[in-house]
Amino acid sequence: MPSLKDLKNRIQSVKNTRKITKAMQMVAAAKLRRAQEAAEEARPYAKRFNAVMAGLASSVGGSESAPKLIAGTGSDQVHLLVVMTAERGLCGGFNSNISKLARQKANELIAAGKTVKMLTVGKKGRDALKRDFEDVFVGHVDLTEVKRIGYSNAQDIAKDVLGRFDAGEFDVATIFYAEFVNVVTQVPTAQQIIPASYEASEDEGLAAEYDYEPSEEAILADLLPRGVATQIFAALLENGASEQGARMSAMDNATRNAGDMIDQLTIEFNRSRQAVITSELIEIISGAEAL
Amino acid sequence: MADTMQFDLVSPERSLASLKATAVQIPGAEGDMTAMPLHAPTITTLRPGLLKVESPEGNTDYVVTGGFAEINAEGLSVLAEKAIPTSELTREQLDTLIEDARAAHKAAVDNEQHDLVTDAAKLLADMEALGTHIAL
Repeated sequence: MPSLKDLKNRIQSVKNTRKITKAMQMVAAAKLRRAQEAAEEARPYAKRFNAVMAGLASSVGGSESAPKLIAGTGSDQVHLLVVMTAERGLCGGFNSNISKLARQKANELIAAGKTVKMLTVGKKGRDALKRDFEDVFVGHVDLTEVKRIGYSNAQDIAKDVLGRFDAGEFDVATIFYAEFVNVVTQVPTAQQIIPASYEASEDEGLAAEYDYEPSEEAILADLLPRGVATQIFAALLENGASEQGARMSAMDNATRNAGDMIDQLTIEFNRSRQAVITSELIEIISGAEAL
Repeated sequence: MADTMQFDLVSPERSLASLKATAVQIPGAEGDMTAMPLHAPTITTLRPGLLKVESPEGNTDYVVTGGFAEINAEGLSVLAEKAIPTSELTREQLDTLIEDARAAHKAAVDNEQHDLVTDAAKLLADMEALGTHIAL
């Protein structure tokens, strides 16, 4: 049976924890709003970009001379998995869900006799996958110092990935990130970025015949590397929003749990306080009777 | 005849402009061109340069560093890698851009990728010319 003093200390410590989780939840809520805005603002670019790429890809992509980024290298032996997670923890299952999906995919590929290489973005995913896959890590991108994800961050990652592709280090690249559905739901997603597949949306079916300046092939060759950066950027933004959403709901739960715990401890504290008073009274009364 | 067309300028990070324009001068990779309403559908890549937008509300200039433009029946969309209104561009920003271009050029020369050297050199020259154009 803990003493009254112990219980009092315990309640105070849980109260402090609740203050912290409450503050973290509010910070996450503010950051989530910003992350969502950023994701929203990036959407028109990605949408138009994909529409143009779909048009170009359908007219050039099928030919023999199509760039490798869209047609592939003709093999799918070596896979590069780009695992994007957060730099910080305390966000529920966010990091572990992404790592789990990546681990599952990697094991599947290894079982199928493929070679797997991994590039991690964000410290948490690196830590989670280190034990099983450390020997296939080819690089790590640290975004700890980045306050606000910009297009240039995505460009740097894309440059790294494309450099490796040009050097023939891998055949297929897949990115792993969490798609933001709403505050309580984030879906871990795997998306293949190299070779890229651009699907024409239905309303673009009647697309006009364009004049291309320079040639279609030259434009496609120029745009494909940008496409990789655009997709990575979109994934980073989704991830950013997902992380904050996950943290917000995780911290909301934590705050509520702390509240429940305080209630229980307070009841226990009052009971033992009353028990102490009762036993003191009994002592006094029985002492008086004995006289 | 329509005398204005929809003009959209978007960068990966945000949408910069969406308005009705009468004419837009685009720094195309193979030379400047001006798009006016009812222009033939065209897709062109951009070189670093000035994008001049004329609209009934007045003219605006933007500095773009690359990307592409799509002209279709509805209007013109410019998808720029980076776009800054000329009035907001500072010498320091331009210097950083030039520095980046110079680094890319140097990297291409060092790696002896000859097809990239000419591209990077052109990029660098375009960047430097841009500075004199807008008199910073």
